[in-house]
Amino acid sequence: MATKFDAIMARRGEIMRKALGMDYGEFELSPIAFDYERMMTAHGYSLDDIVGIQTRAGVGNTPLLELRNLTDLVRSISAPGKGARIFVKDEAANLAGAFKDRRASVSIHVAKEKGYEGIIAATSGNYGAAVASQAARNGLKCIICQETFDSRHVGQPEIVEKGRICESYGAEVVQMTVGPELFFHMVELLDVTGYFAASLYSSFGVSGIETLGLEIANEMRALTGADPTHVIVTHAGGGNTTGTARGLKRAGATGTQIVSASVDLSGLHMASDNDFNRKSFTTGHTGFGVPFATWPDRADVPRNAARPLRYMDRYMTVTQGEVFYITEAMAKLEGLERGPAGNTAMTAAVSLAQDLPCEATIVVQETEYTGAGKHHWSQLNFAKQMGVEVRAGDPKGNAPGKVIVIPESIEQIRANDFDVARMRKSYVRNALKNAPEGYAPTADDIAFLAVDTNTDTAAIEAMLTELKGD
Amino acid sequence: MTALSDATQAREGDWVEVECKLLDPDDRSKNLPPETAEKPLMMWVKGFAQGEAGMGDEVTIETMTGRAVTGALSAVNPGYFITYGDPIPELTRVGRDLRARLAAYRATEAAEATGGCGCGCGCTPAEGGEC
Repeated sequence: MATKFDAIMARRGEIMRKALGMDYGEFELSPIAFDYERMMTAHGYSLDDIVGIQTRAGVGNTPLLELRNLTDLVRSISAPGKGARIFVKDEAANLAGAFKDRRASVSIHVAKEKGYEGIIAATSGNYGAAVASQAARNGLKCIICQETFDSRHVGQPEIVEKGRICESYGAEVVQMTVGPELFFHMVELLDVTGYFAASLYSSFGVSGIETLGLEIANEMRALTGADPTHVIVTHAGGGNTTGTARGLKRAGATGTQIVSASVDLSGLHMASDNDFNRKSFTTGHTGFGVPFATWPDRADVPRNAARPLRYMDRYMTVTQGEVFYITEAMAKLEGLERGPAGNTAMTAAVSLAQDLPCEATIVVQETEYTGAGKHHWSQLNFAKQMGVEVRAGDPKGNAPGKVIVIPESIEQIRANDFDVARMRKSYVRNALKNAPEGYAPTADDIAFLAVDTNTDTAAIEAMLTELKGD
Repeated sequence: MTALSDATQAREGDWVEVECKLLDPDDRSKNLPPETAEKPLMMWVKGFAQGEAGMGDEVTIETMTGRAVTGALSAVNPGYFITYGDPIPELTRVGRDLRARLAAYRATEAAEATGGCGCGCGCTPAEGGEC
């Protein structure tokens, strides 16, 4: 017998179509390929239009700051001639405190234009605050669905804080225990309310991030006379990497390397009631970063607008302890009390900058607001309460869920390179798995997969041959 | 703890929280690790009580979007008890240490630029002298 869960999920396509106000069917080309660029531009807004929407929404044009103290600190431990200049885009200066405001502003604009009475988003992150804030400004009702508690009703303090801020902006916050059925309840609520689905992964949301890439290109040209050599992005579901990279390209910064960075949470299960309160990071981690890159269409929309493998040149991971150390350092050296999750890319930048010449420029493209619950001290005190050991030492000894090792010196911060080639192959395997059994990819499918993985048709053909042999 | 007040009784119009069971373990997604699969999916939401109720009693609330939700009363005037907590001993020294390292590095750079000793002490020794 079909469960309540199965019954709603079976109607998911029809409910989402109504709640997104667009039919994704028109972009499908085959069981594997779809017209990504057509989907991204189907809303009809130019980049200038989106800049206008965001200006009216109080979003964007955040300060780009050069971190001279951090740069000199990195140079003090780098080989002669090494130590790139580090910059940061202070996205915490957005209305609700994170780059997510860019994402929310476009979705809320669309919901308002199309005449929806309210909006719903499933998010335990800063996106909830962004949606709630923009909804308040636009007079739209707002429901935020959060995964907040373990089965003992112990709340992760960062998510409890995000629930607080959403309620402060007048949203109805639906808080749940651990499990992916968060999306089931969101779909159920969309069905009963008829509200707009402010999905993190719609083309509206991801288009809203393109302005971040555009601003970085323009501001770096004004400051340094050139495009940044590297932009480093805290990577979770992939929207941040995708939107920022698209914006840079649209601004003509085609030579900028796109580096994604996540906190390594390997060994922890994202749907585990036991692991939930032992992660110490609610976003920016490999638990979202890897599965969403290798199969973006697992999202709550039929086709995910966030497709990071299209844009990512390199993927670096850092440990929990390293990010907490850099978060503390940022406050003390640069007067920027932010994060911690938003400082994941900053941590990887400290490692990357040591390997690059002094003339290179790295832009860390976000910060996020902090406060009680979110703050790195809150997270570490909570980790101790949950039985996680916190100690000083070599971050190589960090073991997610068991021990958080705070580095004893800046030299110990070294990011690891994650194998992007392996992720690309895994993506191709998932694309085949999600097509009907026995479906043979056509030449057009191979061309699509090449673009979707930032490779070429010869590389895809080699992967397909290899996968056949597996 | 979800409320500082010791109120155990909600009056009509009070801002309260209710608890609901959304899914029994048998109705949950089939792709869950065992420790999650064996638990029900629970939900809490806040709103204005539509009648009087004691803790655990069934009550209907009107949420901020105007939805009516019926569940067991779990808190009256629910608050937020997130904190910063104590400073983290492994982090308290970070600022002091890094500021000292930065100052030493800049002193060396400045000394090298002005022909100083370069040892990081920041002085410019007299010819043949020691720093």
